[in-house]
Amino acid sequence: MKAILQNLYAWIDERVHLRDLVEFMGKKYVPIHQHSIWYYFGGVSLFLFIIQVLTGILLLLYYKGSEELAFESIQFIMSKVEFGWLIRSIHSWAANLFILAAVIHMFSVYFTKAYRKPREITWFTGMAMLFLGMGFGFSGYLLPWNELAFFATKVGTDIAGVIPVIGKPIMILMRGGEDVTGATLSRMFGFHVAIFPGLFVVFLGIHLLLVQRQGMSEPIGFENSPNVGSQRTMPFFPNFLLRDLLLWLLVLNVLAVLAVLFPWELGIKADPFASAPSGIKPEWYFLFMFQTLKYIPAQVLFVDGEVLGVLLFGLAGLLWTLVPFWDRKSAAGQQNRFVNYVGIFVVLYVLLFTILGYVV
Amino acid sequence: MQNQDQPTLDHRKRDFLKYLLGGSFVAWVVSIFYPVLAYLKPPKQGEVEVSSVKVGKIEDIQKDSGQIVKFGNKPVILVRKPNGEFRSFSATCTHLDCTVQYRSDMGVIWCACHNGKYDLNGRNIEGPPPRPLEEFRVVMQGDEVLISKNV
Repeated sequence: MKAILQNLYAWIDERVHLRDLVEFMGKKYVPIHQHSIWYYFGGVSLFLFIIQVLTGILLLLYYKGSEELAFESIQFIMSKVEFGWLIRSIHSWAANLFILAAVIHMFSVYFTKAYRKPREITWFTGMAMLFLGMGFGFSGYLLPWNELAFFATKVGTDIAGVIPVIGKPIMILMRGGEDVTGATLSRMFGFHVAIFPGLFVVFLGIHLLLVQRQGMSEPIGFENSPNVGSQRTMPFFPNFLLRDLLLWLLVLNVLAVLAVLFPWELGIKADPFASAPSGIKPEWYFLFMFQTLKYIPAQVLFVDGEVLGVLLFGLAGLLWTLVPFWDRKSAAGQQNRFVNYVGIFVVLYVLLFTILGYVV
Repeated sequence: MQNQDQPTLDHRKRDFLKYLLGGSFVAWVVSIFYPVLAYLKPPKQGEVEVSSVKVGKIEDIQKDSGQIVKFGNKPVILVRKPNGEFRSFSATCTHLDCTVQYRSDMGVIWCACHNGKYDLNGRNIEGPPPRPLEEFRVVMQGDEVLISKNV
């Protein structure tokens, strides 16, 4: 058996020079310091994305993306197909854990300033994937065609519609018409299973390539810090990778426990001619924005409240994404407290309004 | 020796080719993307123009209650006040497009999405809605209740 594998390796190596790749991987080291734990969250996000692709493909085998059949097809998956309930529940739970892992990954990169030169492109592709992840969440949310999803999609697409000038065409593009109908379901289905995955894989490829090419970012001042232990790095392969895999196994277990003990609800089929149910809420990662919209008055000066809210969130997201450009100090290797204060404010704001969204 | 600043025939020929090729390239790109963009724009569906809808018999509609009525492809709310009077409005919240409902406990038309409130004249009285609800006319035809567009 070993001989066969060695022969196979030699056969491929002769043609594509695997040796160079193995040598390159052997030279990659992961710095060890008090913030090393945050290096794992990118890997966890990647693992959850892979789970999403695999369970998503399985769901595609039975799902029917139309107004008449969508809800029933998921009912069928959950009640008739063997382990269908498990696959769907894992897909829903992994979607939420993915956003959580990606958000933790983003904040850890933000607070350790790992986005600073020369890793700006890694940050931008990461932010693009986070926004796409939210797009996945938003588009996937409608696919069961239940009551909550129907109104969440109405509100979400209407929010896009309030953006001056370009808002209305974007809204019609997303809805496939003036209203949320079966046409919207078809579009969201297309976004969810074709357009977003295609884009995501491109950004993911660049992101991973850059991480391998440039290596892990070290915290500012790590170079000059007094040598705490004799060993300040560990080899990526196999030491770090094995730790990564162990964590993936743990995440898989957590996922299985969540999916089995708290199976994802399907709710009631959407009825376009029913009132919005009370207690309607978007997914938790949109909740802080949703809650803010409730508090903005109908008119602020001469601007509609929701227009103001949407523009402010859009601007905040843009500035956040552009942090490698306005934080010049970190790039020069200096501490930048202002960035920390902005980050702490954002974390507290998001936490406060998310909690308010649940209790109020 | 030729003057560098004077465009030679060669240069002019080259510029001409550059514009020709560049222009063709732009035209080519447009010819690819225009159909794609046009494809993305959903076609106008032939809508049945509805002018009035029959809801039901007066005695079947309880006092102090509200119901959503299908008006063409839009939801319309019909409210019967505690005093028996009928009012009807578009059921689409002017804030972010949710469908409103009548709350007898508060005596208002309420939107569950962002806690918007309208009084029974359709005026936005609390919460984020920026405009009042569009009013519809309620007509009695014998013992039947009809809703029609307010013209």
